[in-house]
Amino acid sequence: MPLALLKTLTFALCLLPLAWYAWGFWQDALGANPVEAVTRGLGTWTLNLLLITLAVTPLRKLTGWHLVARLRRMLGLFVFFYACLHLTTYLWFDQFFDWRAIADDILKRPFITVGMAAFALLVPLAATSNQFAIRRLGGRRWQELHRTVYAIAILAVLHYSWLVKADQSRPLLYAGILAALLGIRFWWREQERRAQLAGKYAPQAPTPKGRIITIIPRR
Amino acid sequence: MRITPPRPSEITPPEHYARRREFLRRAALAPALMLGGTVLPAPSFAAPGDGARASPYSSDETPTPLKHVAGYNNFYEFGTGKEDPARHAHRLVVRPWQLRIDGLVKKPVTLDIDAIRKLAPLEERIYRLRCVEGWSMVIPWLGFPLDVLLRQAEPLGGAKYVEFVSALQPENMPGTGSRVLNWPYREGLRLDEARHPLALLVLGLYGEVLPNQNGAPLRIAVPWKYGFKSAKSIVAIRFVEHAPLSSWMEANPREYGFYSNVNPEVDHPRWSQATERRIGEFRKRRTLMFNGYGAQVASLYAGMDLRRHY
Repeated sequence: MPLALLKTLTFALCLLPLAWYAWGFWQDALGANPVEAVTRGLGTWTLNLLLITLAVTPLRKLTGWHLVARLRRMLGLFVFFYACLHLTTYLWFDQFFDWRAIADDILKRPFITVGMAAFALLVPLAATSNQFAIRRLGGRRWQELHRTVYAIAILAVLHYSWLVKADQSRPLLYAGILAALLGIRFWWREQERRAQLAGKYAPQAPTPKGRIITIIPRR
Repeated sequence: MRITPPRPSEITPPEHYARRREFLRRAALAPALMLGGTVLPAPSFAAPGDGARASPYSSDETPTPLKHVAGYNNFYEFGTGKEDPARHAHRLVVRPWQLRIDGLVKKPVTLDIDAIRKLAPLEERIYRLRCVEGWSMVIPWLGFPLDVLLRQAEPLGGAKYVEFVSALQPENMPGTGSRVLNWPYREGLRLDEARHPLALLVLGLYGEVLPNQNGAPLRIAVPWKYGFKSAKSIVAIRFVEHAPLSSWMEANPREYGFYSNVNPEVDHPRWSQATERRIGEFRKRRTLMFNGYGAQVASLYAGMDLRRHY
């Protein structure tokens, strides 16, 4: 599939959840508590897209389908887009911009605290999701900055888990998927580190998979 | 005879509900028009229930539409989703149904649902219901004071609390396969709370037999407490000396206390209780102390620190 088509398709797919909730709200098809349904739904899709974004690299490595890597920025920006909508529904329809109550919530309610922290950490990532920022920061620093996405994902799953009243099955499912996505990275990194320690590669040797960025600090 | 709950499609919109007398007049003619007699009218309290007495305890607020009252429920035995009970509760076997009342009583009794139905004339009580999750409804219940039922067993002087045990039908209740709560569902009230005139034994709502998802065939409604205190589909009532441990207290004692009175000043540890969203409304409302029933029930808690006894 050509990249342009793949991108257009992904873009359209990413807008579907929003369209669904907008249509449902309009048609009064979201049940007895539509505001809650929209808030929860947008939160769920923020998390879904975040996990999908984190699945890009493992998917590419496992399948060798390198084109997916080109979707990562768009997916990441959609995470931010849904996070903004999710936050807006909370600020607006839940609190009606009662800033005192909001501040109270952030300080007193752990699930709001971690949710807000996750959002705050997303902002710099969204702001640097462009070629200019990568050039400006330099690849290595940019990459280091964007590794905060792992912390964001953990905070997001905590946010979900702590708001649930009793049934932890869904949050646990998300935690499991996240653990797998982070675990596979850790495992790969560990393999790589061992390989480097064993002196398997000559430093910076080009391989069929591209240039190797060493994990062991260079002296 | 087995009672089938009304399906969502058969549910009465409030505007029809308001015109129910007219409907009943027309319906009375219907059997004459039905040939073959294959169509049975849905079981309902239409005849006696329609004549249900209004109550001075009723709120004059607009009742929440029946489709929401019977479509948005917490009844974890059928799943933790709000729509799960409406989806699965048709499997609950509500007949035959017996209620056992025992414990510290002079006369332990087992009552059949039909006998309970005849204990007292039904009243319609339009109560606010505030869920601990921060939403609320207004529901026209049909029932009679819980005390009428409790008196049947003649509680002894040592009885200070009442425990309510809900039905456990694992084969019919898909939610009981998960251990979110310890089944069967148990709740409790202090005896004076249970005997308070506002505490209602509920057999129906919106003029009809209780939909299964709302706790058929009998439940209680304790309107000044969070909704989970109003146990559904009750099979046993026990009079005891000490405060019984409820399923929610067992699951999370820090978050769910024995009293669980609606109190905007005492937050749930994970969310505020200061406001609520009335189902069907867009803006949130301020939550009222004792859910607005303070004039009737505040004296039950005189001198108690409600922050400690949450």
